[in-house]
Amino acid sequence: MSTVSERQQQAYVAGVAADARINVELETEGMTLNLGPQHPATHGTLRIVVRLEGEQVVEAEPVMGYMHRGYEKLVEVRSYPQINTLVNRIDWLGSFANEVPFILAAERLMDVEAPPRAQWIRTLFFELSRIANLSLFLGDLGVQLGAITPVFYAFRDREHVLNLIESATGGRFHPNFDRIGGLKEDLPRGFVDEARAAMGKLRDFCDELETLLFGNEIFERRTRGIGVIPAEVALGYGLSGANLRASGVDWDLRRDQPSPLAWSEIDWKVWTHPDGDSFARCWVRLQETREATFMVEQLLDGLPSGPIMAKVPRIVKVPTGEAWVSTENPLGEMGYYVVSKGDTGPFRVKIRSASFNNISVLPWVLRGVYVADVITIISSMYFILGDVDR
Amino acid sequence: MIAALDIPYWAQTAIKVAVALGLVSGSAFIFAYVFLYKIMSHMQSRLGPMEAGPHGILQLLADGVKFLQKEDLVPERADRFVFAAAPVVVMISTVLLYVVIPASPTLVGADLGAGVFYALAASSLSVIGILMAGWASANKYSLIGGLRAAGQLIAYELPLLLAVVGVVIQAGTLSLSGIVAAQADGEIFGLGAFGQPFVLTQLVGFAIFLVASQAELTQAPFDMPIAESELVAGYMTEYSGFRFLVFYISELATTFAFAALGATLFLGGWWFPGLDTSGGLLSNLVGPAVLFAKIMVVAFVIFWVRFSYPRLREDQLQTFAWKVLIPLSLANIMVTAVLKVAL
Amino acid sequence: MALDVDRDALVLGLRDELGDAVLDAVVVAGVDVWVRVDRRAWVQAAEACRDRLGLRYFCFLSAIDWLPSPFGRAEGQGVDLSRLAGAETVPMEQGAVETVPMEQGVAGGETRFQLLARLSSPTTQLGLTLKADVPDDDLRVDTWSGVYAGADWHERETAEMYGIEFVGHPHPAHIYLPGDFEGYPLRKDFPLVARLVKPWPGIVDVEAMPGEPVEEVADVAADGTEASA
Repeated sequence: MSTVSERQQQAYVAGVAADARINVELETEGMTLNLGPQHPATHGTLRIVVRLEGEQVVEAEPVMGYMHRGYEKLVEVRSYPQINTLVNRIDWLGSFANEVPFILAAERLMDVEAPPRAQWIRTLFFELSRIANLSLFLGDLGVQLGAITPVFYAFRDREHVLNLIESATGGRFHPNFDRIGGLKEDLPRGFVDEARAAMGKLRDFCDELETLLFGNEIFERRTRGIGVIPAEVALGYGLSGANLRASGVDWDLRRDQPSPLAWSEIDWKVWTHPDGDSFARCWVRLQETREATFMVEQLLDGLPSGPIMAKVPRIVKVPTGEAWVSTENPLGEMGYYVVSKGDTGPFRVKIRSASFNNISVLPWVLRGVYVADVITIISSMYFILGDVDR
Repeated sequence: MIAALDIPYWAQTAIKVAVALGLVSGSAFIFAYVFLYKIMSHMQSRLGPMEAGPHGILQLLADGVKFLQKEDLVPERADRFVFAAAPVVVMISTVLLYVVIPASPTLVGADLGAGVFYALAASSLSVIGILMAGWASANKYSLIGGLRAAGQLIAYELPLLLAVVGVVIQAGTLSLSGIVAAQADGEIFGLGAFGQPFVLTQLVGFAIFLVASQAELTQAPFDMPIAESELVAGYMTEYSGFRFLVFYISELATTFAFAALGATLFLGGWWFPGLDTSGGLLSNLVGPAVLFAKIMVVAFVIFWVRFSYPRLREDQLQTFAWKVLIPLSLANIMVTAVLKVAL
Repeated sequence: MALDVDRDALVLGLRDELGDAVLDAVVVAGVDVWVRVDRRAWVQAAEACRDRLGLRYFCFLSAIDWLPSPFGRAEGQGVDLSRLAGAETVPMEQGAVETVPMEQGVAGGETRFQLLARLSSPTTQLGLTLKADVPDDDLRVDTWSGVYAGADWHERETAEMYGIEFVGHPHPAHIYLPGDFEGYPLRKDFPLVARLVKPWPGIVDVEAMPGEPVEEVADVAADGTEASA
């Protein structure tokens, strides 16, 4: 006769079974981790399915399309000015930069050239959008690595640029300022002085960030040697922008591709880094932001006077033809392949967005890294979901 | 001091318990307001809460009520008892820490002869609570977060302990009141007016103590277990409402306690030049205020580092503890011991 | 017409490697170069570009559907597919007089679907646009993912949007569309549902800008034809 009651025995057996169940369920080998679509570390709704073997990533697959708006279908039923509004929203942090290659392609097909003042102001806003875009990157970089303070400085100083854009175009994020043949209107009075003051503040911010974040030993330990992408791999995947230059490829479309915009008229430098790791990518973007402030000041100094709009008909009909124009956007190379059949709107537009290619390298670069480094690599690659998903 | 009052023992104990609990929550509230709401905001170039009450003072009340009125969720497969007990264990370890810290010659919960030993032992109880939380949540990610936290806390116990050993050697006693007295009676190159706060001779020890307590509190740059919420959620995921509030209060209160320990061991505790170490009304009035001021200074450093630095990866963190801090603290002990005998 | 030596050299290089597979080439001096190749030499062309011509940078890969849209841009603007010349998918009406041609663009073409790809060189700053016809009855092309790693995702997008199969692709799965999506959205005969639900009335707000003379404004009717002022 047992001293332990039957109920106690049953409870014991059930307890052992439950423990065994939990041991199996909590098996951490071959664990699949889902970096959300909703996630604080990805700039938008990107989902990365990561398979882990203990601490290391075995396989990583980005799943996109949560923000796919069907731009290439939408533009087939719209006219060129309407598409200009749409196109602002691809890379929404540096919005003006999205309009420029599209307008340039249309202008090439129409054989129309915008007057010099318009080209200079286009370049000015292009660089302002680069500053707006990259300063947010710099702030966000800190947050994703744990430094919670730089992001506030970034947003505070970015406000200056957004106020400038708003004063001239009416919109902080979506200026919708470019037109075929020139710009919507001229700069407001006082813009030049405000812009100069803003550039000074932004340079201070870059210097501050360089000491606070880049000079920090912990930051260096988290980013140096992490996520190295060799130059040939980068070219094969079509990486562009700072990602490519951080792998040592000296290629910048502003300098290397002839363009009606004013980059060849000012004096500036292309920044590269030989390492190809996360630190290099972040560092190149910091230097580019600072360089952009210098470029803006030169553009302000050399602004030619004159009209800001060429003579174009009110209803724009673009002649038959095909044109490809790409520019060095803040995120990378963005281009539009415009097929026109002589109508008020294009027949087909292929939108080549930089982040789509930039992310395609993630399955390759994330193999074998530690889980904690996944965030570092993703944040250093820098993408905008609107750019990825179009 | 309470022993001086002629009331039965149970009443004395009840008063002490009430004071300790009030102190624990009070300190958490003060820290939350001063450092998290205001100083963090000002460092980040913004104002912080300003709406509720003058300069946002009543925001604390609002947040407290918010936490209390939340639904109490317990995951279905969670071990209910352990799940509920985990925050309590962490809170117990915090409260136990407050027992030994002297606020004046007589204002101390219990003047233990082995005060330092007891304090460090009590603080390590929180590891059990964190492991309980991670395990009982029946969540793979909480478990990993809990295990990482446990590994980190255990790793940084050693430098913490070894850094304090240098102070003990120099003071010659484990009792915290005795250490304050030793600093009060000491001399700097023959000048006795300012006493000898051990931060001067034990600078290395103080630095190690600060770094190790940063890690013990899982603050940045050592907050991988909590900021696991990048990838997974930490051991606190499944907790909501009041249980989460208990975790949070104990985190802030432990910060207060560690800052108090640091102030007592290295900065001279409640003593200020002119105060009498053996008792007296002036010491009992001014002592707590002095200690509070020193606590705020140490805590400011702790939080300042928290707001400024990115976080270390888990393996970098462990390497730092085992390969850098422990050898350094061992060397510190050696040098202290040699100099104590020689000088 | 000005000579563009470098771009001509690109074309010559390709003709050298591929021979008859280069069906057409257009060089606009100082601007761009288009080459149309036979789709059976699609991968060979990629290898020639990467290895011989130095075009190591993969820009993009997509397709063009040359069918005029049966839905058009505004109400009444679409093309009646039965009037489409040469459209194999739609039978010709008996006695139809007016036909609408399906025109391909630069560098010609004979089929409805055309692959479109762009490659660049980071050192010589030249870029090349490659096209290839894909016949309606055999919508298959070899994959480029062995030559350019980045083509992987671009081919997935083209496959789901146009229905072109890329033979040998390592992981042909939807990239943007949900797994159970039916149809190929970027084809011209796939309607833009938003426009069917609420038809676009055409350009309505044609007003003169302040200060502009009225003759500048052309009155465009809903079917896109311009009325005389």
